[in-house]
Amino acid sequence: MNAAARILDSDFLYGFRRSPVAVISFLIVLICALAALLAPWIAPHNPFDLASLNLMDSLKPPAFLPDGDAAFLLGTDDQGRDMLSAMMYGTRISLFVGILSVALALIVGIAAGLLAGYAGGAIDAVLMRVADVQLTFPAILIALLVDGVVRAVLPREFHERAEIYVLIFAIGIALWPQFARTVRGSTMVERGRDYVMAARVIGLSPARIMASHILPNVLGPVMVLATLNLGIAIVTEATLSFLGVGLPPTQPSLGTLIRIGNDFLFSGEWWITIFPGIMLGAMVLAINLLGDWLRDALNPRLR
Amino acid sequence: MFAFIIARLLQSIPVLLAVAFISFAMFAYIGDPVTAMLGQDYTEAQRIAVTHALGLDQPFFVQYLHFLWQALHGDFGLSYRLARPVSELILERLPATAELSFTAAFLALLIGVPMGVYTGIRRTSPISRLFMIFSLVGISLPTFLIGILLILVFAVLLGWLPSFGRGDVVHFSHWSTGFLTLSGLKSLILPAITLGLFQMTLIMRLVRAEMLEVLRSDYIKFARARGLSQRAINYGHALKNTLVPVITIVGLQLGGLLAFSIVTETVFQWPGMGLLLVQSIGVADIPVMSAYLMLIAVVFVVINLIVDLLYFAVDPRLRASGGAAR
Repeated sequence: MNAAARILDSDFLYGFRRSPVAVISFLIVLICALAALLAPWIAPHNPFDLASLNLMDSLKPPAFLPDGDAAFLLGTDDQGRDMLSAMMYGTRISLFVGILSVALALIVGIAAGLLAGYAGGAIDAVLMRVADVQLTFPAILIALLVDGVVRAVLPREFHERAEIYVLIFAIGIALWPQFARTVRGSTMVERGRDYVMAARVIGLSPARIMASHILPNVLGPVMVLATLNLGIAIVTEATLSFLGVGLPPTQPSLGTLIRIGNDFLFSGEWWITIFPGIMLGAMVLAINLLGDWLRDALNPRLR
Repeated sequence: MFAFIIARLLQSIPVLLAVAFISFAMFAYIGDPVTAMLGQDYTEAQRIAVTHALGLDQPFFVQYLHFLWQALHGDFGLSYRLARPVSELILERLPATAELSFTAAFLALLIGVPMGVYTGIRRTSPISRLFMIFSLVGISLPTFLIGILLILVFAVLLGWLPSFGRGDVVHFSHWSTGFLTLSGLKSLILPAITLGLFQMTLIMRLVRAEMLEVLRSDYIKFARARGLSQRAINYGHALKNTLVPVITIVGLQLGGLLAFSIVTETVFQWPGMGLLLVQSIGVADIPVMSAYLMLIAVVFVVINLIVDLLYFAVDPRLRASGGAAR
């Protein structure tokens, strides 16, 4: 049996095919990911090309409403940007920030968790106290404050260009303690196993033992946590952008689009807010459901 | 129990000191208060004079102790943005946030617990399924999106409720309340629902899960064998025992409520501390940010302590062992 056939025949895929929730969620995530990835090629308009924008096109309702324009399927915003295209690019930015901030949290969390779990003693105590203190505060608050501090440190002219990386940093820092705790827990179990003893007897360095022997064995639960945290990261980014301390309107994520639309809610232009809102809600819901399913599917006790 | 409280209080001191240290570091090293106060043109002598007056020429630890001393007296300096004492600004906005958060927590408990009990007892009824779908949406939708949807439906389309502000408030010396006027109460409804929805769904799922767990246990079977009515079993035996985890989560979530009130207050332009914080972050108003951080830390410590005390009230086993079990 070759590798492809083995994967197709696995319990994992069988369980996946049998769960309609998982399949539908996966499809939604796939559609969002494709729309985000291929936005420069498949979006009907380029919302960043200022030359192509026409103020005459601003605040057009969606195509299916009486005053709609067939060229703008989901209507336009106040600057005449096509909502569908803006949403595709917005999803691209939201996913970019979400994935990179979870990656940052993963790297920091895994490094801290391995170190704390393997070294123990004072290093463990210090790292875990820091994580504990941080966990008492909600992630969104930490991200908000880190974002505020970094903004204050950076000179004003860098703000717009650096904002996306400031956000990734702020959210990544806000999410690391959970990863660190999970990795630490599993590392402490693995540390006592025979294969680690063997590696130590051969004389491998602690860094090598942690990275190439323990790490692969503690990665499972961390990956599930990463999926669930992707939803949190995307919502946190959207919330910060909505609050006006995230991405600027020149670089709109879904949260920024919703904030722009919020100003037009009272004059009846609901589509600027509602469509990006639905997109964000559906994407996060699908990611969460997929994460939940993954957690149950990988947990042997629940089988 | 008294010893337990003292121990908990002692444990929280390092946490508060650490947070105070971060606050102080923000205060001392971000931005330059001297140039902020002197503007563009100043002489070296002026700079030294101001630096001395602000105590910035003192050693690091002396400055930190000074900061702690002032923070203990509620003095966090002037806001860069509004040029008013930070403590005054925060006190002014405290009532709005407190009323909003408590109303939200109250709503969440009042609706969440019965929903959880119902879905726990009647697992398969269509209404339970509806509640579960509703809770999934409540957990996944971001707070600000729920607020916007509520505004769209109840303020823009139906025109029933106001969409921003606190309405008319009544002042009692330092406190202002919106509970006593009709417009104040009407303004409170949408923000409180927005803020409470996540907690409500969380409480519902938690109570449901706990009920399912407890209803399977031996003492419930035994109660049934004794011939107690289903009602007495559900409420007298089962619900009571689900309360310990519920109190933990609700207590810890009360802090979460404060954080999410930042978002809700921005959506509804609610004049509370959260809105103040967001406005301050936008312009890097460090004194307000560090004061908010300190205040939140104190609130969290107090909440954690109250949660621990509630355990004693609810769980007789803890009372018997004097809290040594934890």
